[in-house]
Amino acid sequence: MYNDIILILDSSVRLAVPILLACLAGLYSERSGIVDIGLEGKMLGAAFAAAAVAALTGNVWYGMLAAIGVSTSMSMLHAFASINLRGNQPISGVALNFLALGATAFIGQALFRRGGSTPNLPKESRFGPIELPFAQEIGQIPVIGLLYEQLISGHSIIVYFAFIAVPITAWVLMSTRFGLRLRAVGENPTALDTAGISVFLLRYQALAITGVLCGIAGAYLSTAQGASFSENMTAGRGFIALAALIFAKWKPWNALWTCLLFGALSAAQIRLQGVEFPIIGEVPVQLIQAAPYVLTVILLAGFIGRAIPPKAVGLPYVKER
Amino acid sequence: MSARQPLPAWATNVLMPAMNVLLAFIVGGLAVAVIGENPLEAMRVLAYGAFGTGTGLGFTLHFATSFIFTGLAVAVAFHAGLFNIGGEGQAYVAGLGAIVVALWLDQTNWVFVLVGSTVAAMTLGALWAIIPGYLQAKRGSHIVITTIMFNFIASALMSYMLAQVITNPGANAETRTIAEGARLPLMAEYFDFFKYSPLNITVIFGVLALIFVYILIWRTKLGFKIRTLGANPDAARYAGISALAIIIIAMAISGALAGLMAVNEAIGVQKRLTVGYVHGFGFVGIAVAFMGRAHPVGIALAAILFGALYQGGQELAFVMPNVPSELVVVIQALVILFSGAMDEMFKPALERIFHAFRSSSGGDDSPDAKGA
Repeated sequence: MYNDIILILDSSVRLAVPILLACLAGLYSERSGIVDIGLEGKMLGAAFAAAAVAALTGNVWYGMLAAIGVSTSMSMLHAFASINLRGNQPISGVALNFLALGATAFIGQALFRRGGSTPNLPKESRFGPIELPFAQEIGQIPVIGLLYEQLISGHSIIVYFAFIAVPITAWVLMSTRFGLRLRAVGENPTALDTAGISVFLLRYQALAITGVLCGIAGAYLSTAQGASFSENMTAGRGFIALAALIFAKWKPWNALWTCLLFGALSAAQIRLQGVEFPIIGEVPVQLIQAAPYVLTVILLAGFIGRAIPPKAVGLPYVKER
Repeated sequence: MSARQPLPAWATNVLMPAMNVLLAFIVGGLAVAVIGENPLEAMRVLAYGAFGTGTGLGFTLHFATSFIFTGLAVAVAFHAGLFNIGGEGQAYVAGLGAIVVALWLDQTNWVFVLVGSTVAAMTLGALWAIIPGYLQAKRGSHIVITTIMFNFIASALMSYMLAQVITNPGANAETRTIAEGARLPLMAEYFDFFKYSPLNITVIFGVLALIFVYILIWRTKLGFKIRTLGANPDAARYAGISALAIIIIAMAISGALAGLMAVNEAIGVQKRLTVGYVHGFGFVGIAVAFMGRAHPVGIALAAILFGALYQGGQELAFVMPNVPSELVVVIQALVILFSGAMDEMFKPALERIFHAFRSSSGGDDSPDAKGA
């Protein structure tokens, strides 16, 4: 029983990581006042770039660079459309999602001729598990041993990065000058502009961070969790991340708990398939699948607490002349 | 120096959209060139596949019919200032109503099936769209987010329904097929020209829907209220227009239009409901609506263009196997990007060109009398 719980928690963590990274990515963007429904597309583009470049060069770090490069370029395109051209931000996000969906399949087929997938990566061109010190030895200790060996040790570097990114984001947001300005520009850009700080530059910086984090999330999917890219492999994770961001009320620590919850839901969905419960019987997998979205809608509707987005989110900033 | 003069109406409504779409195709053509194929040859194959034969044209118009429904759905909501990304889910749930009624009536004849499934599809599509509308109007939850969430909820709900509730024993996650005698007539039965194509009687509904939306938006009081709310919510409130009522009505019409796609695709062609039958057509509606500038004439043209891309793209993948049919998705994305999010990209340049042209031909900077 204890063993099972540890294993479910372990797979929850693995499933939560890409959502968490994308959620933090969205946090920077939306806190700066730019709606980002293109998280899915950026992750997908990055996942493809990582797997393709890792397959071609044999070095997974080049793959990571390519992933960050692709995702950040897409983010800059979104910035150009939303900040410079003052375009409709949701529409730009939708466009980027489809661009990634079409372009990855198109380029993948042209490069590898495998129906849009990339070749399988050998072990050495992936992000492998990192054994924390004394994992074997501590693993012998009952109770704590299993927790340490299975749950805490043995993940890829991206997993540890994702968990470190949470306190870093919280610190940046709440305790640095950049964070203060970021929060301000999402609430009241005019005030910031009056104080002589460039709204454009700040939003570009925020979207660059969004691009980097989505890039890492994508690389995780195709070179750490998986060993190749397949068509549409993000499968809605970017939208779950978006739901998580709202559920977390745009706050970094909340984002961690929400993503772990959503990760646990996907882990449960895999494990509960066909399991009969006393009284309630079998829980339909579709119900668990829909749970993150249903929960988010209920929260958005204000039935459990209130999710209030940054005030200026989605509004293009027009500088007074 | 005078302030920038507004562009003439034909430049805003025809020239700029055309330039945006052209840019999307140029970028798509470059992508084809990069993988070592001839873009002009690809274009020729595509056009022949879409328009060259009666069968091809039938397929093109069949796809276009679905895109007209989903495109109009996005457009009507957009006139009310709402971005309904939920056409995909609305059409999916509408499929449930359409098929249940069609299977219930399939021992009668096709007229009952057509009428019954149309009413059911529109009702369920509208209901699925009203909930996000209500949440937006009453609870302030952003409609873009809720409609995205509702797409996923629809997908889970429908795969549950098809796997557990209205499933067909023996087949995997799909319903029973509509009985032979109650299937919608194909155009091929009347016009031999369209033989082998799935073009069916629903195409007439497509034309009617275009006319209906034109009259609704530009010729009725309700349409005026919808446009007022979309253009200026504050002005609408001052004028005593109830935002709650208009948002819900606009979303209901939007969802009902998206739902009509179920009649064309599920009832008309597949004759049963399968998992994921909408196949992204709800999202194509977004591209169609922006390219057509939310006007029925534009939407009709854009829907035919996208119908041609979908039909011709399959022909293209067959003739030039190196050009995957995903090229269509790339072009769709570029159309949404350039016509939807970056639609004013060329405006400053055009304004300068028009300004220079006017001052060189017409003397001084007199404001353009023929304005809009």
